[in-house]
Amino acid sequence: MVDILIPAIITIITASTPLVYAALGEMITEKSGVLNLGVEGMMLMGAVIGFIAVTQTSSVMLGILAAMLAGAGMSLIFAMLVLGLQATQVATGLALTIFGIGLSALVGQGLVGVAYEGIPKLPIPLLSDIPFIGPILFKHDILVYGSFVITVLVSWFLRKTRAGLILRAVGDSHDAAHAIGYPVIKIRCLAILFGGAMAGIAGGYLSLSYSPLWIENMSAGRGWIALALVVFATWRPGRVFFGAYLFGGITILQLHAQAMGAGVPSQVMSMLPYLATIMVLVLISRDQKKIKMNSPACIGQPFHPSS
Amino acid sequence: MIGKKLNLLAAVTHKVSTMLVALLIMVTGTSVHADGHGMKVGFIYVGPTGDHGWTYRHDIGRQSLESELGVETTYVESVPEGADAGRVIRQLATSGHKLIFTTSFGYMNPTNNVAKEFPDVRFEHATGYKRESDNVSTYSARFYEGRSVIGTIAGHMTRTGVVGYIASFPIPEVIRGINSFTLAMRKVNPDAVVRVVWVNTWYDPGKEGDAAKALIDQGADIIAQHTDSPAALQVAEDRGVFAFGQASDMSTFAPNAHLTSIVNNWDPYYIERTKAVMEGTWESVDTWNGISEGMVSFAPYGDAVPADVRAAADAVKDGIASGSIHPFDGPFNNQAGEQVIGSGEHLDDGDLLGMNYYVEGVEGDLPG
Amino acid sequence: MIPYLEKRAEHSRTMVYISPFIALALTLLGGIMLFSLLGKSPAQAMYAFFVAPLTSLYGWAELGVKASPLVLIGVALSIGFRAGVWNIGAEGQLTLGAICGSCVALWLYQVDSVFVLPLMMVGGVLGGMFWASIPAFLKTRFNANEILTSLMLTYVALLLLSLLVHGPLRDPDGFNFPESRIFHDAASLPIMVNGTRLHLGAVFALIAVGGIWLLLSKSLIGFQIKVIGQAPAAGRHAGFSVNRTIWFTLLLGGGMAGLAGMFEVSGPIGQLLPIISPGYGFTAIIVAFVGRLHPVGSLFAGLLIALSYLGGENAQITLNLPIAVTGVFQGMLLFFLLACDVLIRYRIRFKPVSRFRHG
Repeated sequence: MVDILIPAIITIITASTPLVYAALGEMITEKSGVLNLGVEGMMLMGAVIGFIAVTQTSSVMLGILAAMLAGAGMSLIFAMLVLGLQATQVATGLALTIFGIGLSALVGQGLVGVAYEGIPKLPIPLLSDIPFIGPILFKHDILVYGSFVITVLVSWFLRKTRAGLILRAVGDSHDAAHAIGYPVIKIRCLAILFGGAMAGIAGGYLSLSYSPLWIENMSAGRGWIALALVVFATWRPGRVFFGAYLFGGITILQLHAQAMGAGVPSQVMSMLPYLATIMVLVLISRDQKKIKMNSPACIGQPFHPSS
Repeated sequence: MIGKKLNLLAAVTHKVSTMLVALLIMVTGTSVHADGHGMKVGFIYVGPTGDHGWTYRHDIGRQSLESELGVETTYVESVPEGADAGRVIRQLATSGHKLIFTTSFGYMNPTNNVAKEFPDVRFEHATGYKRESDNVSTYSARFYEGRSVIGTIAGHMTRTGVVGYIASFPIPEVIRGINSFTLAMRKVNPDAVVRVVWVNTWYDPGKEGDAAKALIDQGADIIAQHTDSPAALQVAEDRGVFAFGQASDMSTFAPNAHLTSIVNNWDPYYIERTKAVMEGTWESVDTWNGISEGMVSFAPYGDAVPADVRAAADAVKDGIASGSIHPFDGPFNNQAGEQVIGSGEHLDDGDLLGMNYYVEGVEGDLPG
Repeated sequence: MIPYLEKRAEHSRTMVYISPFIALALTLLGGIMLFSLLGKSPAQAMYAFFVAPLTSLYGWAELGVKASPLVLIGVALSIGFRAGVWNIGAEGQLTLGAICGSCVALWLYQVDSVFVLPLMMVGGVLGGMFWASIPAFLKTRFNANEILTSLMLTYVALLLLSLLVHGPLRDPDGFNFPESRIFHDAASLPIMVNGTRLHLGAVFALIAVGGIWLLLSKSLIGFQIKVIGQAPAAGRHAGFSVNRTIWFTLLLGGGMAGLAGMFEVSGPIGQLLPIISPGYGFTAIIVAFVGRLHPVGSLFAGLLIALSYLGGENAQITLNLPIAVTGVFQGMLLFFLLACDVLIRYRIRFKPVSRFRHG
């Protein structure tokens, strides 16, 4: 049983990691009061640019950096439109997705059939030798470790730092934050860029580690799931992490159930992650006050300093 | 240190940008040949040409028309199988294309509808069964023949006796492939079983890879797939098990794990049919070609395949090509243990067309 | 000189009408750059995108075919968005409408009656409403955020469709291929223009535009929606029920999406397939916003976006432009359209660089 359990858990971790990155990034963006629905497009750009960089330079770090920059670059377009030109956030995000799907396909056109062995695993000495826990937690690549670290960092940032407080203030009431003298536009721009960079890493994880290759549209809707997870998490980093693992976990478990020969139609099996997410959301949404406390009140509303 | 990094970054930017420019030139530099009697051939694809699978192989076939016959070709990619298909097919017909290949099952009814409107244009629909007017042909490949060959290899090479199979959607084509694979495998290894995971997509590298991992975790030491991406092969390579590629030669993605790939080879058919239109000999036919005609072909065996297994696989290949072996030769049973067909007989094409049951040796229930 | 935005005292009526044209002009410029970069003639490309699809009656009809579901769903969604109800699962509601409409058609397969089509429409509307009622219920009863529930239910709906078309709704004579029987004439939408595929759905889309316009400008519920969307607290004080608004907007959006789904299967497709919509439910969200959440705006936005899809197909055929370029170009078009709306509320001013530095 342990023989199956350990690799199954590892698979769940790898399936959940891109969701963790993309959703955490989007959460920070939303905390600042901005809703960017372009995650899928930013992920795809991260995936293709990261893949090009790594296959051209053979440097893992440059690959990840390129993926990050690609995602951030895409989000910069979004930032200019919604912050600079007051464009509607929802529609601009959707347009960014259309744009990103097209642009990534265009950029990646010569990459069909290009293989890459994937970024290396970095087992942590000693820790990775611990039975059971070692292989599960300490034998991953840098991006998986990074997803753990970033979850903690984001959580710490929001709760313990002044900058985190300011970010939340801006998201809760941009007018009040502006009146106090915080640079609302600048803070939102940084939050959007962070979200883009994280989506870029999520995409890079897909093309560098998860299935190291480039194929058009390879994110296959994961950007949308990440968006849903932010809502699911009621804008709390720990819950984003939990949500990503819940979704990833059930996705993998249903594949295992199929492989074991469960007599349920595969379509029904494939519905499970979505249904489970809805059900858990219903369970944790009872406390309206607590959700209100964490959700950015200004989300989606445009801001202009002169108003 | 920082300077060095910046230099590297500059080098990367330079490389990426030169590559981009080269790509842009590649994308747009597709020159149009003027000979080939000025004939235009149109293609409509269900996926992007860069899917490395189904559509990619059709597009290779299209390109062979340009290079071999010098005809002008056009394609429209990622056309959803809904209301859009009819419009695109019609648009190809009205813009001077004399021969139109519609390369997905879901284009069946739109193809036939448009064909009735344009009697002078020839239509070729892949994988369907309707030819409602005499300017419509249908064509498909007997991929199940290829699956018989790789099933033979799997039977010889599995140690655990469990083979994993990643399937897309429960349509007869896919079920036929699973069954053909299983029958061939159990001919050489009667105790081996096939476990199937349905991923409900043709095309999601992450999910295909996860399905491969789940199957390997459950004891499979060989992975076969009826989905389009090479992700499962990469997983097999990583986990040290074997796998078969799909649609195109996928050996570069898994140099050690790759045993062989079934390669969809549409080139000869496309060339033949285009020539027939040029020479005025085109007729409405139903083509179902396999190994003997070369529509189903194979990537070279991987190094891991021992000589005796190669010989056994080649024997099946040759047997199917010559007609001495049929992948669905009796006797064999269905999953419930009831005999489907007795010895000395084999299923005919009619039985194969709508196949919707598993044979003995496949584990799990058939969905749908 | 540094450009900056200065808020107008009131919305510019002129810009309401002019800004889309400025956006189109900018798209033209952007397009010229994009296509020159790709080595294509910009003039040809622009012609392929915006003119060529409309050079025939059939082309105009196809514009209607493509725009109808977008407009139908877009106008309905805009009501919800105005009220701050984020139904982004119209694609799933469309799918359920298609399934339910098809079930009626297949159930009455032997019946040749004028009542088949109206019944299918009722089925489609109810199917879409049912699917939208789940987020509405979960929102009003359990406070579950409708963005998540409606989106997740879209995936469930698509899988449900797959399950049904690969199983119970399969054509019994179809060799187990995943498609239903082809609908009879009694279950097919009447064609509006002979020789084309323009169907009754286009008429309904226009009716929807008019109906929603009336609803918003003349009815009490329309007024409530506007108030609750702009100032929820004020709405509550005025005694408007937030829950009622949630139910109303979701059911309206779901019902219209369901109707659009039924129109697709009963009109241009003619049967139930595993895939019935190329993402109309999602694109309709863009339609609603590009149309500034106004019914007439949504109509024009729907037509323009539909045209860009037709143009993309056309550009592939006539210029060998890969579909990826269409995506980039569409993205650009939308960016400009959305950005130029800023001119309605703001003026672009320039200030000298020096003042900027010191001040």
